[in-house]
Amino acid sequence: MFELNDEQQAMVEMVRDFATENIAPHADRWDQEHHFPVDVLAQAGELGMGAIYADEQFGGSGLSRSDAVLIFEELARACPTIAAYISIHNMVAWMIDSFGDDAQRERWIPGMATMSELGSYCLTEPGAGSDAAALTTRAVRDGGEYVLNGTKQFISGAGAAAYYLVMARTADTGSRGISAIVVPAGTGGLSFGALEKKMGWNAQPTRQVIFSDVRVPVGNRLGEEGDGFGIAMKGLNGGRLNIGACSLGGGQTALEKSAAHLKERHAFGGALINQQSLLFELADMETKLVTARTLLWRAAAALDDGADDALKLCAMAKRVATDAGYETANAAIQLHGGYGYLSEYGLEKIARDLRVHQILEGSNEIMRLIIGRMIAEN
Amino acid sequence: MSVASGGPLKVLVLVKHVPDAQFDRHLAGADHSIDRSESILSELDEYAIESALQLIEARGGAKAGHTVTALTMGPERAAAAVKKALQMGATDGVHVCDPALAGSDAAATSLALATAINHLGGFDVVLAGMASTDGETSIVPAQLAERLGLPQLTMASALELGDDGVLTGRRDSDTTSTTLQATLPAVVSVTDQGEEPRYPNFKGIMGAKKKKTVTLALSDLGLDAAHVGVAGSWTHVEDAQARPPRTAGTVITDEGDAGVQLVDFLADKKLL
Repeated sequence: MFELNDEQQAMVEMVRDFATENIAPHADRWDQEHHFPVDVLAQAGELGMGAIYADEQFGGSGLSRSDAVLIFEELARACPTIAAYISIHNMVAWMIDSFGDDAQRERWIPGMATMSELGSYCLTEPGAGSDAAALTTRAVRDGGEYVLNGTKQFISGAGAAAYYLVMARTADTGSRGISAIVVPAGTGGLSFGALEKKMGWNAQPTRQVIFSDVRVPVGNRLGEEGDGFGIAMKGLNGGRLNIGACSLGGGQTALEKSAAHLKERHAFGGALINQQSLLFELADMETKLVTARTLLWRAAAALDDGADDALKLCAMAKRVATDAGYETANAAIQLHGGYGYLSEYGLEKIARDLRVHQILEGSNEIMRLIIGRMIAEN
Repeated sequence: MSVASGGPLKVLVLVKHVPDAQFDRHLAGADHSIDRSESILSELDEYAIESALQLIEARGGAKAGHTVTALTMGPERAAAAVKKALQMGATDGVHVCDPALAGSDAAATSLALATAINHLGGFDVVLAGMASTDGETSIVPAQLAERLGLPQLTMASALELGDDGVLTGRRDSDTTSTTLQATLPAVVSVTDQGEEPRYPNFKGIMGAKKKKTVTLALSDLGLDAAHVGVAGSWTHVEDAQARPPRTAGTVITDEGDAGVQLVDFLADKKLL
């Protein structure tokens, strides 16, 4: 469990080479210019990163969750924002591949696997965040079609994606009245809000997705009516691992930059690395990241094995890894002194990008709620 | 051979496991050999693999029965170079591995490679990088062509194979660009001016496990140990020393005449 096999080593090496050459050199500019690099995403797709843990039958890479967390950590070392969008896209691809029928999979997976067609996950609403089961976007059956009305909030990839996987209410029965419906871009009545101005994650668009009498065939629904909430939550299990891995990647880069800076920077008659108080800080950063990585790998193995405690472990790993990543990035700013506050050194971007990982894919408070309830129920 | 008569195209790519060029390299031991602890597939060979894959893909790829065989010669750990080639898309591998091959110079290496190629039944195209990033002799492909009695297209890029079995390539120099042709079978070395080598995708990485690699010892090739390795080499390294570190350049302190001093310095060096 703690040693990478030969194939995993080769994957990590490939993703590192790809990200070092094609993502890292541009990450700061994309952040500053709010550029969403769909061409680079398509390159990642050609390498198999569009449907990493989807079945090979329709173009997925057929890898495990344990492989996926390694891949996302490597991508995030170059840019957490790009890595995190690829995670969201993978979440959608996996949900379609796992809960769609063969006709749906054949229609949507090939394009998503190569990332020539991008996906957006549409769960959150302006009035329904952590309490997702309270969502009000409605899909009303009209003959062979659903008519969707409502608004989704904080949607990554909105406006650029080809497919919107929408959790919509088909009955007034709480979480059991939600269905998962695929809405293709270009469908009449589908529109988008303004680009949100954000603290970080600037290299991917975040917008509202607005449905005004949007009509799609009933055949665009994944699974049965009422399955939507379960599908959305299962998608999030993997999403939580991936976003945790994205935080570790960002944190790892921040740690490595800090160690290099402390060796180079001289003050008070010697290199800063010789100051024990700073060395202790590095040790804490490394320990936090390794602790989180260890738990994340365990949670990924649990999800691969379909273990009973997978949900709990994924929640724990998401919370621990996203906290560890942000705290490491924030500590790295402090270790760099004034330079850490300058954009040029790349650390403030990592901290800005990682901050939102503690909020999304289920906030870290919701993770604690999931864990706490499981204790209470036993 | 096969391709001209409409059969599948058989390409062989020579790959070498070399010390990673991004790190400092060190010579060690009495035989002045290079420290090989951090080794990878030679980056220049990746261009040969890319060219080979494009040659077969232009004709329908492995699905149409065309093959790209990756061959390395080296100790056990050199198998990693073949593996990387298989991950990139080569269809099968060959590892020529024998302790007696250690210390082979270019001539001995080309003898072992030519013997292995004949043993394997020959190929339509034998591709190599323009040089290894360790020995950097650049001579092995030419020696190999001589030993096999085949035409050679060295230092080529932009390879194209016509239906008539004629291989065309471009050779660029500082001032000229020459188009060269050879009939198959041929030995070709490619530069790094061609298309960037692909990354191995996840499917390639997972699929490489199932691909076959044959290991051949000298006895399999019927090759006498006296003709290869240190014993069979025509050249020997007598001595090797690290270059002295560069000394600091001339520092001109500006006391009002720095410009003049600078011009004098450049004129002295005949740079002006």
